[in-house]
Amino acid sequence: MFKKKSLVSEIIRLVILLFAVSVLAFVLITSAPIDPLTSYIGTESTLSPEARQEIANYWGLNDPLPQRFFTWLGHLFHGDLGQSITYKRPVAAIIGERFTMSIILMIVSWVLSGIIGFILGMFCGKHENSVFDRIIKTIFLGLKSAPTYWLGLIILTVFAVLLGWFPIGMAAPIGKAATDVTLGDRIYHLILPAFTLTIVSMGDVILYTRQKYIDIARSDYVLYARTRGETDGQITRRHILRNIALPAITLQFASFSELFGGMALAENVFSYPGIGTATTAAALNADVPLLLGISLVSAVFVFSGNLIANILYGVFDPRIREGKAHA
Amino acid sequence: MELLNIKELLVAFSMYKKGFRKYELEVIHQLSLNVNSGEIVAVVGSSGSGKSILAEAVLGLLPKNSHMHGEITYKGQKVDKKSIRKYMGTDIAYIPQSIDHLDPIMKVGKQVMGVHGSKERQRKLFKQYGLPEDTEKKYPFQCSGGMARRVLVTSALMGKPDLIIADEPTPGLDLKMALEALKDFRELADAGTGILLITHDIDLALGVADRIAVFYAGSVLEVAPVEDFVKHKDRLRHPYSQALINALPQNNFEPIRGTQPYAGDLFSGCLFAPRCHMRDDKCACDVPMMDVRGGKVRCVHAADG
Repeated sequence: MFKKKSLVSEIIRLVILLFAVSVLAFVLITSAPIDPLTSYIGTESTLSPEARQEIANYWGLNDPLPQRFFTWLGHLFHGDLGQSITYKRPVAAIIGERFTMSIILMIVSWVLSGIIGFILGMFCGKHENSVFDRIIKTIFLGLKSAPTYWLGLIILTVFAVLLGWFPIGMAAPIGKAATDVTLGDRIYHLILPAFTLTIVSMGDVILYTRQKYIDIARSDYVLYARTRGETDGQITRRHILRNIALPAITLQFASFSELFGGMALAENVFSYPGIGTATTAAALNADVPLLLGISLVSAVFVFSGNLIANILYGVFDPRIREGKAHA
Repeated sequence: MELLNIKELLVAFSMYKKGFRKYELEVIHQLSLNVNSGEIVAVVGSSGSGKSILAEAVLGLLPKNSHMHGEITYKGQKVDKKSIRKYMGTDIAYIPQSIDHLDPIMKVGKQVMGVHGSKERQRKLFKQYGLPEDTEKKYPFQCSGGMARRVLVTSALMGKPDLIIADEPTPGLDLKMALEALKDFRELADAGTGILLITHDIDLALGVADRIAVFYAGSVLEVAPVEDFVKHKDRLRHPYSQALINALPQNNFEPIRGTQPYAGDLFSGCLFAPRCHMRDDKCACDVPMMDVRGGKVRCVHAADG
C-alpha cells in the first residue's frame, strides 16, 4: 500500500517544500517596511544611535540577506529556532504553547464540521430541491463567499456583544491567574471561535456531500441495486454511504490548509492566543525567527493533511489499492 | 403462461426549451408487447431509439421528470413503479449492459448475493458459470469482459427469476462471448424463464429469440415469430420489418431512404409513413395493433398483401 520508496520521496518533497516556504517567508518579512529594532525597543526609546547600531550588529541585521538566512538555517540544524523579539522568549516554546491552543480549536471545528456537514449534506442530497435543501444551500454558498473575519465579527457582535452569552475574546477570563483557570473557562472561551471556524469549514463538506449524493443516487449502480430488490434504506447503507464517506473523509484531510487559514482569522477576531494571533504579531513586529518558525510548523501541518489524504485514497479506494498491488 | 404484458405504453419526459417553456418529449408511445414464460422476445431497434427507456419503464426506474400511461401487468397483476419493487431481485431480474452497473467499491461476491441471496447459491452459480472461486473477492474493475458478463448473469439468477429483462447484454463482447451469452439465455428460456431481450443487434436476436418485436421511433411496429424474419420474409406484416431484413448484409443489403423521426417532432398516424412505399391517405389515421398471420402489426395495409 504505502511503500518505502514513496515514503522517501514524500520526505524529500517535504524538505524541498520547507526550504521554499522559509525562503519565501524570509524574503517577504525582510522586505516589509518594518524595522525589527524599532518594534523591539519601541518608538519612544531614548537609546543612543550607537547603542542601536550595536544591537543591530549583534542581531546581524546589517549582514547581507543571504547570510542572515543561512545563519538562521545553520541554527535550525542544531534544533535552535531562535528567540522571538515580540515575546522575548524562545520561538520553540512559543510555538509549542500556541500550537496546543490552536490544535484544540482546529480539532473541535474539524470534527464538528465534518460530522455535521456530512449529515446535512446527506439530508440535502436526499431531499434535493426541498425547502430545507434550498435554505441550507443558499446559506452555505453565501458563507463560502463571505470572508471568515467578517463572519467572525458578526458572530462576535451577536453572541458576545448583543446577547452577551459568551466572552468577547481570549482563552480565559481576563484578570484570572493562569493557575485558577478551569477547564470550564477554557471551553466557554473556545465556543465562539470554534463555532465560527466550524461554520466556515462546513460549507465545503455540505456542498460536496450533497452533490455526491445526488450523483450517486442517479448512478447506474444505484439503479441496478434497485432492480435487485434493495430498499431505499439498504441502498443508502450498502452503496451511497460508503461511496460518499470515503472521498469525504479524504477531502476533510485535504482541507487542512483552509482550516489553518480560517483558524488564523478566527483567532484574530476573538483574540484567541493561538498560532494565528502569534503569526499576526510576528508579522507586525518583523519578528523574523518567530514568523519563520510558524511558517515551518504550518507547512508541516498542511503537508501532513495532504499526505494523509493521499494515503487514505489508496486505503479506501480498491481501484487504487488493489490496482497497485497487482501492478 | 403470460408473464409480462405491456398495453399501449406511453412514456414522456418534461423538458425545458430555451427560457422556461416546458414541453413534453414523448419517447415511447402506443407500445404493446407481451412476454410468456419459456420464450425469448427480442426488442430490436436502432441505437438511441429509446429501447432502454422501455426497460426502465417496466422496472420502475424512470427519473422524476417523466411520466407514463398505459398498463403493465406481471402475471396478471397490474403493476406500477411501487408495486413492481416487490418482484424485483426475486421474480424479475434485470441484466444491465455492463459491469459499470456494479458498485465500484463493493466486492463482487457480496453484490452477486445482493439482499435476497445466499452464499451457497452464489458459489453454486459461480461454479455453474465457470467463474473461478476467488472472483467473489474481486472488485468489479478487476473482472475481465467475459467474467463481468457472467457475474451479471449469476446476479440475475440469484433470486431464481421467472422473468429476465436484459438490456443490450452483448455490446463490448467479442462474437464468441456474445454467442455464449445468447446460449445462456436460450438455456434459461428452455428451462421456463421468460426473457425480454433488448438489443440493436438483429443478427444475434434472430439467432436466439422466439419472437421479434420491431422497435421504431418509440413504438413497436410488429411482433412476429422469428421464422418469419429468417425463412419467410414475405410473411412479414410491416413494410419497415421487410425493409429492415432486406437491409441486412446476408440479404440484399438494400437501404431505404430517410431516417427515423426524432422523438421531439412526431406526427399523428403511422410514423413510418414518410418512408413507406405503400403510403396512402389511410396512413394518416390512428393505426391500431392488429393480429395478422399469427403476429401483431401496426399497419393499415398489413392485411392487404
